[in-house]
Amino acid sequence: MGLLTIKNLSLSLNGNKILDELSVDFWEGHIHAVVGPNGAGKSTFAYTIMGLSGYRDFQGDILFAGKSIKNLPIDQRARLGITLGWQEPARYEGLKVRDFIKAAGRFNGEENGVVEEALHKMGLEPLLYANRAVDKTLSGGERKKIEMASILAMRPKLVLLDEPDSGIDVSALKNIFAALTYLKAMGSTVILITHSLEVLKQADHAFLLCAGKIFDKGPVSRIQHYFEDKCLICDHKNVPEEFPVEVKG
Amino acid sequence: MSDQMQQMKEVYETTESDSSVLNDPEVAHLVIHQNKVLGLHKVPGLEIDVTELDDGVELNIRLADGTIVKKPVHLCFGIIPETGVQRIKMDVKIGKNAKISLLSHCTFPNAVDIQHIMDAEIVVGENSEYNYFERHIHGTKGGIKVVPTAKVTLEKGAKFITEFELLKGRVGEIYIDYQITGKEDSVMEMTSRISGTGDDFIQIKESGFLVGERARGVLTSKIAAREKAQAEVYNTLRATAPFTRGHVDCHEIVKDEAIAKAIPIVDVQDPRAHVTHEAAIGSVDNKQLETLMSRGMDEDEAVELIINGLLS
Repeated sequence: MGLLTIKNLSLSLNGNKILDELSVDFWEGHIHAVVGPNGAGKSTFAYTIMGLSGYRDFQGDILFAGKSIKNLPIDQRARLGITLGWQEPARYEGLKVRDFIKAAGRFNGEENGVVEEALHKMGLEPLLYANRAVDKTLSGGERKKIEMASILAMRPKLVLLDEPDSGIDVSALKNIFAALTYLKAMGSTVILITHSLEVLKQADHAFLLCAGKIFDKGPVSRIQHYFEDKCLICDHKNVPEEFPVEVKG
Repeated sequence: MSDQMQQMKEVYETTESDSSVLNDPEVAHLVIHQNKVLGLHKVPGLEIDVTELDDGVELNIRLADGTIVKKPVHLCFGIIPETGVQRIKMDVKIGKNAKISLLSHCTFPNAVDIQHIMDAEIVVGENSEYNYFERHIHGTKGGIKVVPTAKVTLEKGAKFITEFELLKGRVGEIYIDYQITGKEDSVMEMTSRISGTGDDFIQIKESGFLVGERARGVLTSKIAAREKAQAEVYNTLRATAPFTRGHVDCHEIVKDEAIAKAIPIVDVQDPRAHVTHEAAIGSVDNKQLETLMSRGMDEDEAVELIINGLLS
């Protein structure tokens, strides 16, 4: 059994089935990628694991370290060590970067120096950033790096990263990839939600999601090939019953 | 130390400020308890005349042409007992090419039935700068009514920056009414930050009139209303001259049974002027909240952090 076990997870939004009896294990200490075309259910999958509002009414179960977290609210899941990085990080009028990161560092009882260390790791100079607000004056890439800094400060056991390359440049992407290395070194398990081949290549192991089902799994090279050859040209992206290739278990 | 000086320091320290600043000869200060002047210190170029009234004081502040007051002037107004009225009539004239900053603390830590009424007329001379920061500290009972009104005239090239902050203790009732007229090349920036709870009532009326060419103005209101508090913000920015620029910004967070409304009026009467407005009222943004909760904060902690950020 992995650190995170998903059992027969089904979830519908507005009458549409987004996740369809999905079952999968994520092994501890690995970087996993969940890839798939737009609308495959990747973000929904991450939000459901985190327990966001609107994603709590599902069938099946989610086990973290062997215990069901199905009925736990977000903050209790977070206190078990689960966290989420958003595709488009929130903006906060007036909230200082320092306080935003410190709030995450408090999870570990680590407040001294945690802000500076996390910012440094993300390539951001604390003197320039710690007292800025996490608001629209920061670029999308800066907010993405600051969100990742807050995740590093938390030292989570499981990190769900939704489209970590979204809206950032090549330089910022290097910082994000470096953060993955830090997370892995500290023993965190990472699930990358992505449709980017570049991000996929950072993973140890990958899953192909289509129409709310795990369609294939395996080493990155296998999923990469599958994704490149089939998903990108497939006209039936979200209808696996009609998927014109053999389904691999 | 005289009793009066001791009392003055005690009043000052209720504002959570370091009273040692009152010993600095380069720092002008004025400390008033109800209608009594407890302390007054002036610096060269700055005249402060105070007349004690039955229910308050009359202040005349004059800054001579060309005077730059290096260190902020500290003003402290307050009533320590539970009841009372404090009426402050202020007449401020800032000469040409001058600059002054005032830090005003208004403290009513035990208010049960108090009125604090300020009526100000301010003229900021040509190419001068007037910065006014007013912080209120109230008690927990909400028995206070605060009515600050001001009429401000900004001469050519003058700059007026004011911040009003009421974050500690219960608001009670507050009615802010500021009207500012900006002549050619003047700049006005007004910011209010108020946190209401219980059955507090907050009303802000700020009006900026950009009457001179290239005059600029920004009116910003940030309000948090919780429990059964009510907040109303009426901000008006009228541009009647060419090349004037302005922005009205109102952000109110409501929680529990609180009610808030914002009525921004943007009135542009010259096609070469440009004024914008932005208003956001509602509960705490869900994504902001869930992000912080996903870092381990419970909902109440996360809401407080978001509100404190907004009001900071």
